[in-house]
Amino acid sequence: MTIKSKDTAKWQVISHTVLMIFALCALIPFLLLLSASFSDENSVMTLGYSIIPHKFSMDAYTYIATRWADIGRSYLMTILVTIVGTGLSMIITGMFAYTLSMDFVPGVKLMNFLCIFTMLFSGGVVGSYYIWSNVFHIRDTLAALIFPNLMMNAFNVILVKNYYQNSIPAALREAARIDGCSEFGIFWRIVMPLSVPINATIGLMTGLAYWNDWTNGLYYLTERNGSQYYTIQLMLNRISQNITWLASAAQGSGVTTGSVPTTTSRMAIGVIGLLPVLIAYPFLQKYFVKGITVGAVKE
Amino acid sequence: MTAKKKNRFVQCLPFYLMALPGIIYLICNNFMPLYGMLLAFKRLDVRKGIFGSDWVGFDNFKFLFSSKTAFTIIRNTILYNLAFIILGTAIAVALAILLNEIRSKKFAKFYQSVLLIPYLISWVLASYLAYAFLAQDVGLINSVLRFFGGQNINWYSTQKYWPFILFFVYMWKGVGYMLIIYYSSIVSISAEYFEAATIDGATKWQQIKSITLPLIKSTVITMVILNLGRIANSDFGLFYQIPRNSGALYGVTQTIDVYVYNALMNNNDFAMSAAAAVFQSVVGFVFILVANAVVKRVSKQDALF
Repeated sequence: MTIKSKDTAKWQVISHTVLMIFALCALIPFLLLLSASFSDENSVMTLGYSIIPHKFSMDAYTYIATRWADIGRSYLMTILVTIVGTGLSMIITGMFAYTLSMDFVPGVKLMNFLCIFTMLFSGGVVGSYYIWSNVFHIRDTLAALIFPNLMMNAFNVILVKNYYQNSIPAALREAARIDGCSEFGIFWRIVMPLSVPINATIGLMTGLAYWNDWTNGLYYLTERNGSQYYTIQLMLNRISQNITWLASAAQGSGVTTGSVPTTTSRMAIGVIGLLPVLIAYPFLQKYFVKGITVGAVKE
Repeated sequence: MTAKKKNRFVQCLPFYLMALPGIIYLICNNFMPLYGMLLAFKRLDVRKGIFGSDWVGFDNFKFLFSSKTAFTIIRNTILYNLAFIILGTAIAVALAILLNEIRSKKFAKFYQSVLLIPYLISWVLASYLAYAFLAQDVGLINSVLRFFGGQNINWYSTQKYWPFILFFVYMWKGVGYMLIIYYSSIVSISAEYFEAATIDGATKWQQIKSITLPLIKSTVITMVILNLGRIANSDFGLFYQIPRNSGALYGVTQTIDVYVYNALMNNNDFAMSAAAAVFQSVVGFVFILVANAVVKRVSKQDALF
């Protein structure tokens, strides 16, 4: 008995130690970012970023506040793109999956094949860049942030299709059909409400992908004509390449680049970008976990 | 007979209408780019479009593969993927086993939640976090080095550190995700096995070796093979954002995806980028077909098709 409890205790110690080290490694970068953003510019210039500020200062945030117009606009843009993109995505994914779940409809096999084929073979970045920009002329429009790549993927379609087939009783649909409900009505009023779990899961993952996306903007928005559509990620990307961009983007603000606390405001803008995800995370955590397990092992 | 057929079509019409937006999207986003692949075999003249441009056969590929870059980007893509798959999986499985040993539910949830946070942020933000450590004058690592009397290291232009940095960042961002997959697989093992083994006096280590590992084997193998199927692809964000697209590091950080981006957007070189992208698509296609065939044998329900 004592051997057994010793063994158990030993594994408790090992597990806690290892996981605690990993957890600290996961968190420390965020701490560093936060602390750097609250540091005094001069102390950072001489002593560097630190886990605890050498000298506390709000300068970075006061500076960023003068640029609030740009930051606020890019936030709104992120929210707009995320909501519109995710909404459209769920509707077209749901409807497509619904049709695919109907084995008796002629042509479903072909549609299924087309869908799966996209998971196996892709035209690659160059092909899709050429088509979206030279055929659909999506460059420097808001549509560039919504349509390419993110809106629907075969994997989600198949997940939803499987859910429809396994979790929604065919008898319910039959009953509604006999009562004279149209196919679209059945989908909208019976199938959709019963699919909340799968919709929440893939909706959240799609939403996260839209929120975090910066590649579409990198390809399709030029700085000259597309920067009014910059989302928060694209602004962060731009600033990371050139910290003075934020200062030069807005004219007549009275702030000269010379007095800009560049090293700390770079970190402060990172914190601003991070905040929404960290605030939403505790509420959405269990859905993220669900989304990952559903996506990894098909049901 | 034809009336019956027509009747059936009318019956199915709503379904076709519902599928239509999805099909149109697949055509625009996935099938038309296949046509764009022709660029790899042409010399693009923008005024003439893809169709009107002159054929050059395999010249673009010959040019690409005669350069040293081709070797570098293919090597980088494959070696990083192998490291991620082998070491990454081993670390994630080990962590999942340890997490399963944690008795306190609160702590188990805490570890799981915290390790998932990096997965949720964008690669742009991740590059901000990395920069706070690696910046030349103000980065944390250099300050620590200076504190101990060392010299500043110019991280963003010294190649030899980057395989480690990239592996570390990859694990930092991805381990929470992999942990959840393997942990959920372990949790689904029936508790009776462990109870019976405990009664028989098996140690934890013996239980891990003879119960946990064998029972999650098929999940692990499936994940590994599916990842091998994507060996020609790399995470653009990791290899573009974290090294801040620094040219001095290309030798060890540039993968096929980053090369394609730079050739296309910075050099406007449709020929080279298209050739590299087509190579990637074709190799990826072969690998994923093979991977799927293997998965089908290991665990049928996990196969893609």
